[in-house]
Order: sequence, then C-alpha cells, then structure tokens
Amino acid sequence: MIERNLTDLARALATKRISSVELTRLYLDRISRHNPQLNAFITVDPAASLAQARAADERLARGDGGPLTGIPLAHKDIFCAKDWLTTCGSKMLSNFVSPYDATVIARFKAAGAVLLGKTNMDEFAMGSSNETSFYGAVRNPWQPECVPGGSSGGSAAAVAARLAPAATGTDTGGSIRQPAALCGLTGMKPTYGVVSRYGMIAFASSLDQAGPLGRSAADCAILLNAMAGFDERDSTSLDRPTEDYSRAINTASGARPLAGLKIGLPAEFFGDGCHPEVMKQVDAALAEYRSLGADTVAIRLPNMSLSVAAYYVIAPAEASSNLARFDGVRYGHRASDYRDLDDMYCKTRAQGFGAEVKRRILIGTYVLSHGYYDAYYLQAQRIRRLIANDFVEAFRQCDVIAGPTSPSTAFRLGEKAADPVQMYLSDIYTIAVNLAGLPGISIPCGLAGELPVGLQLIGNYFDEARLLDVAHRYQQASDWHLKSPTGFGECSAT
Amino acid sequence: MKQWEVVIGIETHAQLSTQSKIFSGSPTAFGAVPNVQANAVDIALPGVLPVLNRAAVECAIRFGLAVDAEIAPRSVFARKNYFYPDLPKGYQISQYELPVVIGGRLAIQVAETEKVVHLTRAHLEEDAGKSLHEELGPQFRGKSGIDLNRAGTPLLEIVSEPDMRSAAEAVAYARALHALVRWIGICDGNMQEGSFRCDANVSVRPRGRTAFGTRREIKNLNSFRFMQQAIDYEVQWQIATLEEGGHIEQATVLFDPLSGETRAMRSKEDAHDYRYFPDPDLLPLVIDQPWIDRVRLQMPVLPAAKRDQLVSDYGLSAYDARILTASLDSARYYEAVVAAAGSANAKLCANWVMVDLAARLNREDYDIGQSPVSAQQLGGLIARIGDGTISNSLAKKVFDALWNGEGESADEIIARQGLQQITDQDALETLIDEVVSANPAMVTEYRAGKEKAFNALIGQAMKATRGKANPQRISELLRRKLTSTS
Repeated sequence: MIERNLTDLARALATKRISSVELTRLYLDRISRHNPQLNAFITVDPAASLAQARAADERLARGDGGPLTGIPLAHKDIFCAKDWLTTCGSKMLSNFVSPYDATVIARFKAAGAVLLGKTNMDEFAMGSSNETSFYGAVRNPWQPECVPGGSSGGSAAAVAARLAPAATGTDTGGSIRQPAALCGLTGMKPTYGVVSRYGMIAFASSLDQAGPLGRSAADCAILLNAMAGFDERDSTSLDRPTEDYSRAINTASGARPLAGLKIGLPAEFFGDGCHPEVMKQVDAALAEYRSLGADTVAIRLPNMSLSVAAYYVIAPAEASSNLARFDGVRYGHRASDYRDLDDMYCKTRAQGFGAEVKRRILIGTYVLSHGYYDAYYLQAQRIRRLIANDFVEAFRQCDVIAGPTSPSTAFRLGEKAADPVQMYLSDIYTIAVNLAGLPGISIPCGLAGELPVGLQLIGNYFDEARLLDVAHRYQQASDWHLKSPTGFGECSAT
Repeated sequence: MKQWEVVIGIETHAQLSTQSKIFSGSPTAFGAVPNVQANAVDIALPGVLPVLNRAAVECAIRFGLAVDAEIAPRSVFARKNYFYPDLPKGYQISQYELPVVIGGRLAIQVAETEKVVHLTRAHLEEDAGKSLHEELGPQFRGKSGIDLNRAGTPLLEIVSEPDMRSAAEAVAYARALHALVRWIGICDGNMQEGSFRCDANVSVRPRGRTAFGTRREIKNLNSFRFMQQAIDYEVQWQIATLEEGGHIEQATVLFDPLSGETRAMRSKEDAHDYRYFPDPDLLPLVIDQPWIDRVRLQMPVLPAAKRDQLVSDYGLSAYDARILTASLDSARYYEAVVAAAGSANAKLCANWVMVDLAARLNREDYDIGQSPVSAQQLGGLIARIGDGTISNSLAKKVFDALWNGEGESADEIIARQGLQQITDQDALETLIDEVVSANPAMVTEYRAGKEKAFNALIGQAMKATRGKANPQRISELLRRKLTSTS
C-alpha cells in the first residue's frame, strides 16, 4: 500500500478496499516507528487525524469523494492549521496553536484530505539543510548521516521514507526543489501567485510560494489541483481560470511523446561548481529526453551569477520586516524576565530566534537602512528584473529549461552548518526561478553513489501543466522516481 | 516679534469614514469593548495578509478632487518599520515615495483676507492600536493594556506646504480642512475621538530671510483652541530662545494643555530609521480615469461653489454665504429652509438660520444636524412671517413651540394658539376706539406734545391684541384716529 500512487490510493478508497481510517492508521504507525530516527514531523495528533479520516470515510460512503478524499497528507509546519500547533520550526512559535486555517489547509480540508501531521523545517524556512530547526535536524532517509535538504526537509524526508503518501512544502529560493532532489522526490514550485499565501507564515513575501512534494509528477499534479486557485485574501494571488494540472498527463502518448519540445540548456547551469557525479546523471536524463523526441538547445542566462547575491539582499530585507510581528506581545514566546519594554523585546527575540534567523534579520535590517537602501535593496531589485528578462529571452528559444537542481547530492549533517555562504550556494540553480516568479520542478534522475540526484525543469509563467507533463513523460520512461531508501519497508499486511 | 517671521506647515490625520478597516474586514466603529473589533489580520497573526479596502481609496480620490490635486494613476504602499506594542505587525502600512494624492490647494480666510494654502500630498495609511496606561482596572495595576480595535482604521494623512505665517492662519487652515473633509463625507471630524488630529511643524526665521529655521513638530493637536495656544507658546519660546543666543534643535514636542507649554518628546538623534520599502504583500494601487470619473459624479457641490451659488441665486452677502456653508449640514439645512419658505424669503431664512437657530443650537450644544426644529418646520414658519400671518416677535414664540415639540408645524401652532395677526380693518379700528376712550389721560398728554404717551397707547393696543396686531398698522391707525378727532 505504501508504494501506491495517489490515483491508486483514491481508487482503493473509493472501492472500499481500504478505509481512510485504516490508511491513516497505517501511516501513523509508520510515523511512530520511524520518526524518532528521522525527526521529520514536529507534530502528529492521531486523534485529530483519525477524526478527519472518519469524516472522509463518511463522505466516501456517501459517494461524494474526490481524488484526495481520505488520503493522509503531511503539511510543512509553516501552514497555519486550526487547533494545530504551528511552529514554523521556531522556538518563537513553539506554543502557538493557530486559531485559523491557511487557505492551502482549508482547500485540502474541503477536498477531504486528512491532515497526517506537521513536518519539520528550517526555522522560518531559512536554510537549505533543515539544520536550523528549533526541533532539531532531520535525517535523510537515504543516508542518515546526511541532510534531507531544506527548508522543506521534514516533508521531503517523510515522503521519501513513505511516512506520508505526499506532502506540501514552500519554496522561497529552492526549498521544495532542493529537498526533493536530495531525497529522490518530485517537487514543484508553481508560478508566483498560483497558490495562495494566506496562512502560510511569511519568510520573503515576494518570493514565497507553496507547492507539492510527492513521488511522481502525476501525484504532484493532483496535489496542485487542490492547492491552486485565486484567493481574495491574498492580494498577490492571481485571478485566473481554474486549470486541471493533470490534463496533459492524462492524455495517451506514443513512442516519442515529446517530439517538437525544445529544452533549453543554460551554459550557466553546466559550468564549474556542479559535482561531476551529479552532472553525469543530469546528462543521462537529457539523453533520455532526446530519445523521447525532445531537442536540446544551448541558451544563456547571462545574469544568473548575480542571483544568489540579489536573493540574499531581497529575501532578508522582506524577512526582517515580516518577522517583526514576533515581539512577544500578543502570542508566541515571551521572555519570562525583563526590566522594561525594550528589554522584553530584546530578550524575547534573542531567545526566540535561532542564529540563522538572526543573521538574516540583521542583513535585512542593514540593507533597508537609510543610506544603504539604494545601494543594496534597489540594486538587488534591478538585478531581479535583469534575471527575469534573461528568462523572457530564453523562452523565446525553448519551451522548458533544464539543468541540475542542486550542485551536489545530500551533504553530511554539519558539513556546511558553520559556513553560511557554502550553504547559500547549494541553492545556486534554484534561486533565480524564485526571483523571476517562474514555475520549476525537480525530478529524480539517478543516483550518485547511494544518493539521489535531481533534474530541474523550469517553465514559462503558468506553464505548470506542461512542466508536469514533461516530467511525467520522463517518469513513464524511467524508474528513478520509484526507487526508495531501504530500512523503511512495508510494515502492514494491507 | 516684529523682526521674526513664523513658518508653519500642518500634517493632518483624518480617519476615513469607511465601514471596515483599510486592510481587513473588521468594523471601524468607535467605542467598542477593547479588542473585539480586531480580527486575525488586525492582530497580525502569523500568515495573515492585507487586502486593500476600495472604499478608503475612494475617500482619497474624493479628497484629491476637492482640493484640485493630482490623483496618482499608480501609487505604492510601503512598510514603515518600528517596534511598538500597539503596532501589531511591527510595521505600519503607509505610502511613502508614491502617494495617492499629489499637490492640491485649500483656500483659507483670516479676518477679511483670503489666502491659498498649498498641499504637498495626501496618502493612505493604517492607524495603530492604542496603549492604555491608566484606564485599566485595579487588577492590572502597574501594567499597560493594548486595545487593537483602532489598529487598521484607514487614515488619510494630509500634508500642507509650510505656507502659514501665524497661529491664526494655521487654525484657519485646520478649520477649513476640517470642514472640507466633513463636507465631502470622508471623515466625521470628531476631534475628541481622534478622528481628526493635527501635527504642526513650527519654525521662525528673521523676516526677509528665505531659508527656513529649524522646525519643531507639535504632535497630536486635537482641538483648534489647543492648536492656537500650542503654536503661540512654541513661537514665543523659539523667538525667546533665539534672542537669548540659543539655537533650536529639531525635535518632536507635545503640548500640555494644563501648563499651556510645549515640551520635547524626542530629539532628532533618537529619530527612527523607519526602513521604508514597498510592501510586497500589496500590488501597486492603480487608479484609472473611469474610477475617478465615477467618484466625481458622487461628489457634492464643493463649499466654494456652493457659496457662489447662494450669493447669485439668493442675493446673500458673501459673509452670510460663508457662514451658511461652514458645513455641508448647514448648507443643506439652509437650502431646505428656503425650499419650504420660498426663495423670496431667502434672506429672511439666512437670518433665522444664522441668528435665531444658531443661537439656540449653540445654547443647547447641538449640531445643526441634531436640530429639533427641522428645516421644513422652520421654512414653514418663515413663510408665515413673509406673508404677514404672524409678526416677527410672535414667530419667535412659534419657534420655541416647535423647538419644544408642541406641534408638527408652524401653521398648526399658529392656529391652535390663535396667533394670526389681526388684519381686519374694522376690528382694529374698534379696538383703537376702545383704547383711546379707556385712556383719556394719555390722549391728553399726547395732544400736549408728549410723544412718549403715543408709544404708551400703542403698547396698550398691542396688549389688547395679545401681540397679534401688526405694530406698524396699529401706529398708523392710532395716529389717524388721534389727528382726526382733535
């Protein structure tokens, strides 16, 4: 059962081969068995999950279930869920029980999905290894000495270890795609504005976007169908006609399903800086794409090299302001001992935030300061426009862009923790996509040693359906996405 | 005082009269129990996002049109970052580099001189909550409370150029602005509740010099009287300081109404770096011409145009027209009175509204909108004065009766109390005959040349009619009678 895709699970639920309660129990059991080792979940609440499962079973019995009714899903602990502890991986919110549902959570609720648990993450989504979490590092199911990537590391580890059929994540600079790559999963960041940010705790508002993490493009499409859509509570949400992101996937195809597709290969993604073993797998995947009918064309993204620098101005600037609300006044952590108001603020924030969050608040505060704003923030915004224009130019020559998701496979716990710049560079291929607001997906395309390698595909604005289809055709022709780490075998007779 | 010139610019926060807050759906009504009018967005729970209230934008457009300003086709909301317990997000959403209203002008009147004050800009922003330090119950002794009901209330911050040259001009500007925002219905103008509050930037410079002196900003002036007192004090303090060889340091000051003094709250050194940047949660505010045109159609005739109209249509003096257009309520009331009394009585209507009604309203501390005598009732009364049914002095009695709710209309009261003037010639002559024969002594005195005795006889006649006769008419008839029988 744990190797079934979402379509098969939905069918099993609809035909009563298994109930949602049984399925949810199965995963809760797996979590209780394996989570102590992985630390992928911050909160599980079996009673709450099973109550939702029972409601889903009633709905299924009435015959009005949908593709996700009764399916347990894990959600990154960045999404507010009513009556659930919602920590964002921080001590600051270690006591925060949300009184409301994020739009993403509400949409999954409406679809009848079961909230299986809240997953671990880098604190306030700031990190690429899941090591900045107040709740401790998450281990990569493929190799416990390695990180799962971040910031959606808990979601990725949970799905990779089959502790959840699929999960949600958020991606500000690569936080879905990079852990997907490092854990052998498929993970998508949609076009900015496709998924509502309401109730998703903000890191960098102009870059944050929620998306699915699953075992296949087909599963991600099913999740995205539930997540996407206009939300009047998010002013940056886009009011567009509803799309079926599975539509291309569900059409039959011949031997060369991608004939005519032009895949752009930016020189900047294929230079130095990428581990040769990773590049080898990426090259093999591109060869597979050519055999599926696609053409590869060389393209340039000339301002690519500026993306990490621009990102580490813009994202901390927005974060420094977004995190100002965590002041100990209304909710969350408050220092127990303080002399006066300023002392309360200082102690609360000194105790409540971890080192990486403090680093970014300081950077952000600095770049927005009087006298520095033009040189840093405005300059970074100019670079951001240049990068977006690079992509506009590139998409005149190709339909999708491909390259490695991450320059390396999963690195060892602690390996980069002391060197922020090394850590920041692990997002070198993903960050530009956020700056431009484009959709991107990472799919498993091989193993380097024991560890998965991810191929990143980048689409034009609102081209999610094509991107998912291009990923799906590869997954029909390969089995990298079906590989799973050992040690988390089937544990139930179902 | 002579060699110094005073320079004043005013920043005004006008609370906009929208039903809900500027970035959330919470109601904006004043006076509710603390924190019941604050939703997830207002208290800045993790994950919430702002959504702009279009009604607040329309208030800004109205204002821009009323002061002949440019309405920016594209303006941008920015975050003003600072920590304070009643500022839930740790930043205030405001507009910084690109405000919604640019420029504009407002005519003010000081004594008999009209002057135009130029505006720099007006921008939309959200209000903060309130910190309560004293009003908490005994169980909270030594603690401060936070009431977030006001957090997110829409404000229009209106910034003038430093065009005012005296406290009197500053007050005239504040009054004109106050009247205007109420006139166009964007602010209730309630200064006690903080709906309209002013900060005055005050500096002095040697007369003839073009460079400005260092300014000090007097914060939160919530009455015109305090504004006058605060600026007067501040100006005198600045001049005294400079004349004693001191220098003025840029500072924010507060006015203490009890001592009548201003005192520094913070100096430039502790000025915040607000780290403004465009709010990534909100798209730029785009206002197209059709939207502006739609708002223009809903605008009332503006005060200046209404004044001209009253002068040309009803022959009122400029002074009367200005008094009657002090507020939209007053102008509307006056026009309704004229509609009921007939435009031939327009000047009489003006006198009644400005003198009799105004005095009574003032005495009872009512706004014209709360007048117990409706415009229709007052117009009906004035119509009866105009057509000679009642005398002006009896009309005041009828007015009192209307005020006290003793009747639905002037006609009803006149009929019930039998107050119609006696206009019947025979009846009046009979009455005068009776007065003459009943007061032979007075007649004799009159004939002896004592004019006083004539007035006494008129008094007797009026008394006999219980005031219902026209004194002019009585006088004529009496004089004829006394002359003819001599």
